[in-house]
Amino acid sequence: MKNFRNWMAAGAVAATLNVAAWPAAAVDLQLYYPVAVGGPVTKIVDDMVDRFHKENPDIKVTAVYAGNYTDTMTKAMTAMKGGQPPQLSVLLSTDVFTLIDEKAIIPIDDVVTDKAWLKNYYPAFMANGQIGGKTWSIPFQRSTIVLYWNKDAFKEAGLDPEKAPASWDQMVEMGKKLVKKDASGNTIRWGVEIPTTGYAYWMLQALAIENGQRMMNDAGNEVSLTAPKTVAALDYWVDLSRKHNVMPQGTIDWATLRTDFLEGKTAMMWHTTGNLTAVKDGAKFNFGVAMLPAKERRGSPTGGGSFYIFKNASPEQQKAAVKFIQWMTTPERAAEWSIKTGYVAVSPAAYKTPAMEAYAKGFPAALVARDQLEHAVPELSVHENGRIYKFVNDAVQAAVTGSQKPSEALANAQQQSDRVLRAYK
Amino acid sequence: MSSQIAIPVPKPQRARAYAWRNSVNAWLLLLPAAVLLAMFTHYPIVATIQHSFFITRRSGEPLFVGFENYRAMFEDSIFWQVLWNNFVFAAGTIPTSIALALLMALWVNRNMRGRGFLRLAYFTPTILPMIAVANIWLFFYTPDYGLLDQLRGLAGLPGWNWLGDQRTVMGCMIVMVIWKEAGFFMIFYLAALQQLSPDLEEAAAVEGAGRWYIFRRITFPLLMPTTLFVAINAVINSFKLVDHLVIMTKGGPNNASSLLLYYIYEVAFTFQDAAYAATLTVVLLALLATVALIKFGYLDRRIHYQ
Amino acid sequence: MNRTTHPLEMIAAWLLALLWLAPLAYALWSSIHPAAYATSFSLSAPLTLENFARAWNQAPFARYYLNTVMLVTLILAGQLVLCTLAAYAFARFKFRGSGIAFALVLLQLMIMPDVLIVENYRMIGTLGLLDTIVAIGLPYMASAFGIFLLRQTFKAVPVELVEAARVEGANALQVLWKVYVPLARPTYVAFGLVSVSYHWNNFLWPLIVTNSVESRPLTVGLAVFGAPETGVDWSIINAATVMTMAPLLIAFLVFQRQFVQSFMRAGIR
Repeated sequence: MKNFRNWMAAGAVAATLNVAAWPAAAVDLQLYYPVAVGGPVTKIVDDMVDRFHKENPDIKVTAVYAGNYTDTMTKAMTAMKGGQPPQLSVLLSTDVFTLIDEKAIIPIDDVVTDKAWLKNYYPAFMANGQIGGKTWSIPFQRSTIVLYWNKDAFKEAGLDPEKAPASWDQMVEMGKKLVKKDASGNTIRWGVEIPTTGYAYWMLQALAIENGQRMMNDAGNEVSLTAPKTVAALDYWVDLSRKHNVMPQGTIDWATLRTDFLEGKTAMMWHTTGNLTAVKDGAKFNFGVAMLPAKERRGSPTGGGSFYIFKNASPEQQKAAVKFIQWMTTPERAAEWSIKTGYVAVSPAAYKTPAMEAYAKGFPAALVARDQLEHAVPELSVHENGRIYKFVNDAVQAAVTGSQKPSEALANAQQQSDRVLRAYK
Repeated sequence: MSSQIAIPVPKPQRARAYAWRNSVNAWLLLLPAAVLLAMFTHYPIVATIQHSFFITRRSGEPLFVGFENYRAMFEDSIFWQVLWNNFVFAAGTIPTSIALALLMALWVNRNMRGRGFLRLAYFTPTILPMIAVANIWLFFYTPDYGLLDQLRGLAGLPGWNWLGDQRTVMGCMIVMVIWKEAGFFMIFYLAALQQLSPDLEEAAAVEGAGRWYIFRRITFPLLMPTTLFVAINAVINSFKLVDHLVIMTKGGPNNASSLLLYYIYEVAFTFQDAAYAATLTVVLLALLATVALIKFGYLDRRIHYQ
Repeated sequence: MNRTTHPLEMIAAWLLALLWLAPLAYALWSSIHPAAYATSFSLSAPLTLENFARAWNQAPFARYYLNTVMLVTLILAGQLVLCTLAAYAFARFKFRGSGIAFALVLLQLMIMPDVLIVENYRMIGTLGLLDTIVAIGLPYMASAFGIFLLRQTFKAVPVELVEAARVEGANALQVLWKVYVPLARPTYVAFGLVSVSYHWNNFLWPLIVTNSVESRPLTVGLAVFGAPETGVDWSIINAATVMTMAPLLIAFLVFQRQFVQSFMRAGIR
């Protein structure tokens, strides 16, 4: 039947179109990467990849934007299990245990002969990726949490616009002064907002470390969620909305928080430094960036994504991948990336480049996240981190929405985590 | 309606040969569809059940664990939460959307002015992809500057974190899904209504019966097959529809809006736990099979079809 | 049905209709006005197509459109062929095991590929078809719904026409092509519209099975695009949303009666 043949042909064409999409290059690399911050990040990445192609015509990198960190990890693992993994990816620095367990990645030191360049990066960023004496990842879009504050709102509330809160108590006090209500008693501006969706575990880790409590052990098979100081950290977080009324009740969304801040709905926000440039571009008021306030000490977990090379890549692809990684993280490009997004540039040398020095002179806020590295701790990194993160995120959400007391919620999460991590002891 | 053989039956002693060739021809015709059905429906069902009895060790080898996965599932509080959520979701969306659909169908069926417009308005949400619907309603539910809160602001009420509060998130989802589905069910009622003979209604009217009486005693019972058909469809849909969760709440806060299929997606593709995902899928299959049994085994026999 | 409607009832019906259209109207309104007006509704806001331009540039919507069109076409083509053949077998052939076979087909009406995502993903991986448009469509090409509908339609074809064709020397396949298929045209149209609508809007399975832009359909593209991490600019997101639903919506507006009748026909069991 003629029509039947036509339909078959159409089907075959459709299938072929997928296969013959790109002209053959010497080495083909597929890269999955996430975006978890505002701004035209995919455009920046595409632009940098284009320039890489110009300097390296024998390597072709297809950069695939795959959503946020969780989505990208899901995609990479799903693709690997399905037999068609990418050759490299930018994934959370803390995905390393899971990736090693799933036999997905190879150590970078297996691919490079000259290991000197590995020392160029900030040790704080390399820490998460160094396991068992090997280096499994190279930092790329790394961050710490910082406190953004609306200087105009501070002035309006009678506070010194140049001074951000330096301690938990100060944050509460200042927050109370910053709360603004309208004629009918509805709050139109809150004091501070800490996001509870997306990466709530990250925020909890910041509060915990400021209270002097580490949340995981080095081997990545234990979490300390029910330690009194961790519970106290979550208590403080919940009290912000339920006792001191400086924060809205219910969940606060990771993505819309930036918009809340820019619209003046909140005077202070805790967010990743990766949002810095987007805030700078969008703010119609003066704002400042500060290290997170201290309780027993200053502190923030590092965060963000690093490059991983996947095991399935052929030796030429692995070498090409290393070349790409090195190119993307040279001091000049690390500085460029930091300026365009707000992420911390991954090497000290980047901060000495002329471009960065000029930028920092005009916009000192760009250096805050880097300065905070001194007080920074590695991000919560454990086996099956995706699952553990969900347990902690759920616990935080249960606590801030009031459906469970912080101690209960954390006890629940601890029990679930113990069950999962038992297999790795 | 006799199912006649397409090839006429010739002399009796060759009947068996023809019957045989008939079978072969029939199976050949069926083959392409059968292969695909087997590959993507029947085999997966069997494989899912099989995989639920194994786990994959870290070396990649499967290990038989009997009912261990099921035991873990019964201890998993998230599992019970999503199961409960599915129930609430079904109970919230199905009766209301069916009732609304019936009402819409009755209205569109009447000789009202602008019924074309009415029909268009009611049916349009059905044509939209759930992802688009979710985006639109996500804006409505955004605290403070979302549409809903703006309306509340006009009334002097404060903003509310609709999707961020586990007490309201399910209700919000239910409203959105009713909006999307009611028009779809309306169509089935419309078809049924148009097949009803107007004589019945007129005869009853002549005898002095009021509209409500006619509806209650004549129309609605005659629509029972449609109602059950729609209900079954709605139940199956309520298990399948999780698109909105991916961009609205990702199941939160604290799994308050999560549904079974979404949890399966999380477990299988985010946590890469294929064994547990298979176990959860078995539960989902069991629920769907129950619905199928009720439909085919019980309802189909009880309902009088025209 | 011929009595005049009480005015209150008409008002109620109209109110409901307007309420029902409101969300869609909002999305359209927001997509053609600048971002600043996304959250405030002044009537004097200027019109602009800039949101569409920016959405178009921010993600490869052209490619998404192409993928989606290819996808629904491929699926429909497969379904038309497979379901016609299978329905023909069930409708007009007496063969052993037809009862069980049909029951197995009906199973798919309850347990659709949408809920078997884990195993189907594995199957597609084994076939080496991951991240292709074919992979999205394959589980759906043998549509139990289509087989069911067509079987009913074929059974209603008068025997005389079949006999007439046989007399002219047609074999079974030719009878199918010359007699059954033309008579089932309304069913084909109905089924086609339902199938295209369903697969244009399908989301979860394409999300799982595709990774790259080359195979991603519109719905997945919209979800990835609107991922709040990149910034919640409602006007642009609404513009992207409108672009995703526009083709079906326009087709629906133009062919309203056919759409409604198709769904109605599909529902009469």
